[in-house]
Amino acid sequence: MVTPFVRHRGKVAALPRANVDTDQIVPKQFLKGVERTGFAASLFFDWRASPDFELNRPAAQGATILLTGPNFGCGSSREHAVWALAQYGFRAIIAPSFADIFTANCYRNGVLPVRLPGNEVDILMRNAAHGNYELVVDLAELRVTDEQGFSTSFSADAYGRELLLRGLDEIGRTLLEEPSIAAYERSHS
Amino acid sequence: MTTLFDRVWDAHVVKQLADGVALLYVDLHLVHEVTSPQAFAGLRREGRRVRRPERTLATVDHNVPTGERAVAVADPVAALQLDTLGTNARDFGVELFDLTSPGQGIVHVIGPELGATQPGMVIVCGDSHTSTHGAFGAFALGIGTSEVEHVLATQCIVLSKPKNLEARITGSRAPGVSAKDLILALIGKIGTAGAAGHVIEYTGDAIRALSMEERMTVCNMSIEAGARAGMIAPDEVTFAYLKGRPRAPTGQSWKSAVERWRALRSDPGTRYDTQAQLDASQVGPQVTWGTTPGMVADIGGRVPDPAKLPEPEREAAQRALEYMGLVPGTRLEGIPIDRVFLGSCTNARIEDLRAAANVVRGRHVASRVRALVVPGSQRVKAQAEQEGLDRVFREAGFEWRNAGCSMCLGMNADVLGAGERCAATSNRNFEGRQGRGGRTHLMSPVMAAAAAIEGRLVDVRAW
Repeated sequence: MVTPFVRHRGKVAALPRANVDTDQIVPKQFLKGVERTGFAASLFFDWRASPDFELNRPAAQGATILLTGPNFGCGSSREHAVWALAQYGFRAIIAPSFADIFTANCYRNGVLPVRLPGNEVDILMRNAAHGNYELVVDLAELRVTDEQGFSTSFSADAYGRELLLRGLDEIGRTLLEEPSIAAYERSHS
Repeated sequence: MTTLFDRVWDAHVVKQLADGVALLYVDLHLVHEVTSPQAFAGLRREGRRVRRPERTLATVDHNVPTGERAVAVADPVAALQLDTLGTNARDFGVELFDLTSPGQGIVHVIGPELGATQPGMVIVCGDSHTSTHGAFGAFALGIGTSEVEHVLATQCIVLSKPKNLEARITGSRAPGVSAKDLILALIGKIGTAGAAGHVIEYTGDAIRALSMEERMTVCNMSIEAGARAGMIAPDEVTFAYLKGRPRAPTGQSWKSAVERWRALRSDPGTRYDTQAQLDASQVGPQVTWGTTPGMVADIGGRVPDPAKLPEPEREAAQRALEYMGLVPGTRLEGIPIDRVFLGSCTNARIEDLRAAANVVRGRHVASRVRALVVPGSQRVKAQAEQEGLDRVFREAGFEWRNAGCSMCLGMNADVLGAGERCAATSNRNFEGRQGRGGRTHLMSPVMAAAAAIEGRLVDVRAW
């Protein structure tokens, strides 16, 4: 079951890096399990070993919105990356672009990927640099706003948006298409 | 005007769900131990079955040890994951190539090897390198575990239709230049997100001239350019490869299949959403210097100076060089290495092993280097042993292992130590990919083989 995402207000953590791959988000040694839980501690495991890492800073504690660079989530298809982000506490990720498989995984785990133009991400990065910066991400209205007057719209994949807004059980929904699936199989056997 | 991708997509639409969003039928679902346990657990929890077990094929590859097979798996967590796939396969009626099977191997090596991968199919797997199978003119893509569960339960996948990018590669390759060099050069040119949101169709005489295994190498790395999938229209090379394979059609159905497959191509003059071009005659052996596959240069080149790169790339390059322990301006040729990894779903098929063996035959691995050959499948291993390649490698000082993903991602015991520098035939040079602190240089099998002998990066064309 997907956790619905309609509107979220939360603290922003900035990770100004490009091409953050899923090997960084969850290193390989944490992929050997058979459960969907217990991934919060493995998030950015190698990078978190450094005290200077962005998420280790006091200002980033309690953040629920991750602000980052282009092509976030590239590389391996491991859904563990999204499980780790969600279990660590992130509900939304804002970046100039995301990798395709990562995006699909987000929609199925109640995490919203928000794609904004690079110059707007830069503005938010500067705002977030002061710490204790909050944003409101509204999937119903397709808007990102702050209390200082920043406001912008974004677009979302229609299907992904529906999954998130309604917290749909995707398999249950597809199983309702059984007559179409059976008809396809009959005509292709 | 219809493209190859359009044709395969259209033929699999079970239902159009919304504008651009379709429920697509999946012909072949490949499963491995790492991304499937939570999916099977979901089926159990909901009391669901695997809708079409006969269209589902499982193997163990990612975390399997590559040493002696008779020995129990030492890592208890990995052992539980392997056992879990065994239990799931049995309970849900899915065919499994387990550790004891002569058919075991990397999922993207055994699909084609069996002839289970066929033109025009929709193929999915919980692994990003599923793009490999596109070499046959299939639409093959990596998916997450929730989608794996969805496909197990429904034999379908919901997708927004990606755009279509034509990568036209023309001209003839110089000796010593491999399929790996073509795809690395293309990624260097268009970038690691250059094909995001797209399916790449590789066209041009340089692609037509490739063997089936070389085409798999090219399509395999489509994901490193950010693509949803890579495809090559099937032709006589494809049909010759498939004919007689265990799961390929036979007799009259072979003939009608080939007839159907011949129609799988883009209309002449079709316009694609996006275009990219590469002149193969201008490509030399490629070596990555950074921490993404797009950070790549000709072996004759130098480590770039981040200060001279455009602003968006500067910081990433700076970080990459710091991680890689490289100084701007250093010639790539001559960089000393500690390890060599010949393996992975990109470059561990029989042709790769033959090419590498030809380089090392009668020579010996440099004393500073530890080198590993991990065949892509147990069948590739058996074939290589029949040809005596194992002896060539062993006599040259390589370790000869059993099949698996191994040091491509270091989930088993085959890992780099911190600071160790590796010449690898795999697909990703991300930070820590082959082991925490390990430094990866991606290259072709012949380049990695030559590096093993010399103990440093060299230009195989000089051999």
